[in-house]
This record gives sequence, structure tokens and C-alpha cells, in this order.
Amino acid sequence: MAGKAVIARAKTTVVSGGTGARRSLYWQYMVEPFLYLSPMILLIGSVMLMPLIVGISYSFQSIELLNPFATGWVGFENYEKLWSDRKFWIALENTVFWTFWSIFFQFLLGLGLAMLLNTQFFGKKLFQALVFLPWAVPTFLSALTWAWLFNPVIGPIPHWLAALGVLSEPYNILGDPDLAIWGPITANIWFGVPFFAITLLAALQSIPGELYEAAEIDGATPWQSFTKITLPFLAPMIAITVMLRTIWIANFADLIFVMTGGGPANSTQILSTYIFTTAFRKLDFGYASTIAVALLIILLAYAVILLWMRKRLVKI
Amino acid sequence: MGSVARSNSRHPALAFGKYAAIAFYLGFALFPLYWLMKIAITPDALIFSEGTRMLPSAVTFENFATVLFETEFLAYFRNSLTVSLGTAFFTTLIAAGAGYAFSRFVFAGKRIIIAVMLITQMFPLLMIIAPIYKIVADLGLLNSLTSLIVVYTAFNIPFATFLMQSFFDGIPKDLEEAAMMDGCSRFQALRTVVFPLTLPGLGATLGFVFTAAWSELLFALMLISKNDAMTFPVGLLTFVSKFSVDWGQMMAAGVLALVPSCLFFIFIQRYLVQGLTSGAVKG
Repeated sequence: MAGKAVIARAKTTVVSGGTGARRSLYWQYMVEPFLYLSPMILLIGSVMLMPLIVGISYSFQSIELLNPFATGWVGFENYEKLWSDRKFWIALENTVFWTFWSIFFQFLLGLGLAMLLNTQFFGKKLFQALVFLPWAVPTFLSALTWAWLFNPVIGPIPHWLAALGVLSEPYNILGDPDLAIWGPITANIWFGVPFFAITLLAALQSIPGELYEAAEIDGATPWQSFTKITLPFLAPMIAITVMLRTIWIANFADLIFVMTGGGPANSTQILSTYIFTTAFRKLDFGYASTIAVALLIILLAYAVILLWMRKRLVKI
Repeated sequence: MGSVARSNSRHPALAFGKYAAIAFYLGFALFPLYWLMKIAITPDALIFSEGTRMLPSAVTFENFATVLFETEFLAYFRNSLTVSLGTAFFTTLIAAGAGYAFSRFVFAGKRIIIAVMLITQMFPLLMIIAPIYKIVADLGLLNSLTSLIVVYTAFNIPFATFLMQSFFDGIPKDLEEAAMMDGCSRFQALRTVVFPLTLPGLGATLGFVFTAAWSELLFALMLISKNDAMTFPVGLLTFVSKFSVDWGQMMAAGVLALVPSCLFFIFIQRYLVQGLTSGAVKG
């Protein structure tokens, strides 16, 4: 299509002269698109890319706002400190736990919801608007709401858990180092299911309906059509969504920051909250940037491995 | 789609499972919001004694009145509205231009620019939190809503651009080509032919960016420390610690915080789902 447009325009200008045609092509390839793109390039360059480079350079410096005289280049000193920082390794472990279980349940429930929305039933449009609503709730408010629900004074959850025998008495699990991380994970599942559902729904709708009809004629059970048709068709989409969401959730600090602040006793400290508290509680920008670079490297490695696996596995 | 629906009606167990699933998702999605609302309208005296009762035995709107007229709530609200509307307007304007370029032009460096935009979606925003703080502080712009608008606009542009591109892709190219053949310039064709068709897309992008800016917390927390410049999330967090005993007021403030983004969401939900699904299928 784009080629056709270029040819069409080139033809019209050819009539008016040879050099005009070349100028028109130059205009169309090199100038005109950038008239539309330049504000975006300018803004992303100055607000995201430049600070990114500055941030990487910070990780090789000592920048403590509370100690302005200690500023200067320190080589890999921050990285050595990171290597022997026990809190960093705890935070890394928590990041993996938080990300894995958040994704696991978001995916499972998102897939269920997508399959539900791929069928017909009475009031489907209203249902969709209502179950997608959590997605519209500002994250800080999701965090507060769930923190309130977990509070035994005003929230029902501890009482339910005690009634089910999960807790010995109704207390706030957000204060229990062994269980606290499940608070933000629950909030994250609640918030993230709609997004998974949308992307998976899109993939479901691209599966040709005839496949299911043929399978039904051949006597396939619903479970067989699910495992033999639905899942294989969804696989590429699942791989890409899970990858993007993993990166996003690993970076996502708001829920934990508001619900537990990384406590109790660092049991919910993930790398993103650790970066934020290092930067803005301790005002140690150099070390905060070092943790951020480490997180960036881990995520890049993860993405590269996953894309490589996808290339090896999906040969079609 | 039809076949799935038909096979469901043939398996009674599946049909039952389906309605159970519908009930489950509705409960899971709505219960927290219901609870927020319930405590906000429960009279203070009953909040503790009726802690786990599903329905309050009495209803009051006193908490809403207190929050609205006796706290700084309205100032936070106004600041957030300024920031979110400003961000939504500039982001949509810029993303519409960029999305149009991606949709209609083949040009030098296109793949590189798209790759860079994808990378900005992947790296931790916290990576740039310290540098941005220093830059904003050095420019003397801490506690200014303008700096928040600029930063949020940049954050939201990549996704908004992809969203706008998918909307432009859905508008046949022949329309503007025909207009251009008739002697319109590209810009005239854009304004008179393409723009009216893009309105739903522009609306969806506006709404999406508005809600994203409305709920951003960490950068606002970092760049704003003066009470009179606080946005809603920051204000509400300090509000919560200030009024930590008054659950009713906190919940009322929470319900009020929900109103603008939910209104926007209900309005744009259909377009957003449409835009995301068509974009996702292509990718």
C-alpha cells in the first residue's frame, strides 16, 4: 500500500519534471514523516533516553545528596557493594516470587475470563465493563483498598481466613513476614486480570471457528479441543504477553510501596521498591542507580533467553 | 464463536460452570469496590461494630461532605485534573502525529525508532528516577505541575503512539489518497477526511492517558513535596497518614478518587478493547 502511494505521487510529479520526482521521494522518505515524528522523538530522547544514559553513569559515581562532598567517579565500587549486599539478594528473590505468582494467577484467571468472553451470554457487554473495572482503578487506590480489606478492624478477609482455618485468629497478614507478600500479589492479580483477558481474547478470536466444528464432528471432547486447538494457537501470543507482563510486573513498585513499604523486615522488598527507598529515603542516587542497572541487566537477559527459546521452539 | 456457544448448550455441566464462572469474576472484580463504598457510607459509630457485616444498618453521606469541604481534597483534585488533562492532551496530540507517520509512511530509520520505543516500555522507569529528579531540581522546577506534565507525556507517548497507529491502520488509505488526487494537500486531507474518522481513537487514547496520569504515584511523590502542588495520589497518601484513625473519611476520599477515572473508563472501554485487540492480533 505504502509503495503504491509513493509510486502514485512520483508519477504525478514525473510529469512536471525529472528532478521534481527525486525531490518528492526524498521529501516522502526523509522529511515528511519526521515532521510528524519530531515532537515524539524530541520528548522521548530528552525525558527518557538521556536520563537513562545519565542514570547508567550514576552507577559508577558516588552521588549522595546528604553528603555532597563525597561526589565523584568511583569505578565499580557500587557494584562491589551490591555483590555483598544481603538486602539486594533478598530483594532479588522477592522480585522473582512476586513476579512469578502475580503472573501465574493473572494468566490463569485472564485466560478463563477471555474464554468466557469468547462465548455468548445474556448481558455480556455489561459483564465485560464490570469485570474490567479494576483496571480503571488507580493503582495507589487498589493498593489502599486491598490494604483496608486485609485490615481486621474494617476488612472482612482476615475473618474469612480465620473461619476457613487458614489463620489461627483474624490478624493482618500484611504484618506477617511469612505471608505479607501475598497481600500485594492479590491486589496485583485483581488489577491485572483484565489486561491479560483482553490480549488473550484477541488471540482467541483469531482462531478459525471451522476448526472447532471439524473437531466436534470428529467427536472431540471440549477438553480435547481446548488442548489440541486452543492452546497451540494461543502459544505465540501467550509467550509474548507473558514476557512483556513479566518485565512490567518486575518493575512495578506502586502496590508494594503503598501496601507494605517493603516491610515487615524486608520481606516484601522487591528491587523496584529498594531502588525507590535507596534514592529517596537514603538519598543515595549512585547506589540506587546501580541497583537499577542490575535490574535492567536481569530483565534484558530474561527477554533475550525467552526470545531465543521462542525462536527455537516456534518454527512455523 | 458460534460453535463454542452451541457446544456449551449441549453440555449442561459446562453451562453450569459458565454461570458459576460469571458469578466468580463479578464477585472478585466488584467486591473490593463495594467494600470501599460500604464503609464510606457507614456512620462512624457503626464502622467498628459492623466490621464484617455485608450491608450497613444505617447510611450517611457525612464523610463525603467532610472530605470535600473540610480538607485539602479539592486542591489535590484540581492539581490532578490539571496534570491529567494536560498530559492527555499533549500526549494524544503528539502520539497522533507519530502514529500517523508509522501507519502511512515508509521511511529511513523506521525500524530503529520502533525498536527504541519498545525498549522504553521495557526498562525500569525507576532507572531514570534519580537523573530526572536531579535535572528537574537543577532547573528549579520541583513542585511544579508543568514538570509532571512533561514527564508523564514522555512516559505515555510510546504506548499511545502504538494505539493511535492501530486506529490509523483501520482507516482505509484510499480515502485520503482520493482527497489528495482531488487537489488537497496531505494536511488538508488529514484534517477534513481522516480526522473525523479518528475521533473514537483519539477519545480512547485521551482516556487511557488520562487514567494513567491520574494514578501515577512514584514520580509525583518524588517531584512534589509542597502541599499546594500535590496531585491526588500523593495527597491521598499523606491524607491517609494524617487521618489514619478516620476510616470513613479515608474511604470516602477513595471513592471520590475513583470517580473521574471510572467515568472516563466507562466511556472509552469499548474503543480501548477494540484498539487493543486489533493491535494485538496484528502484532
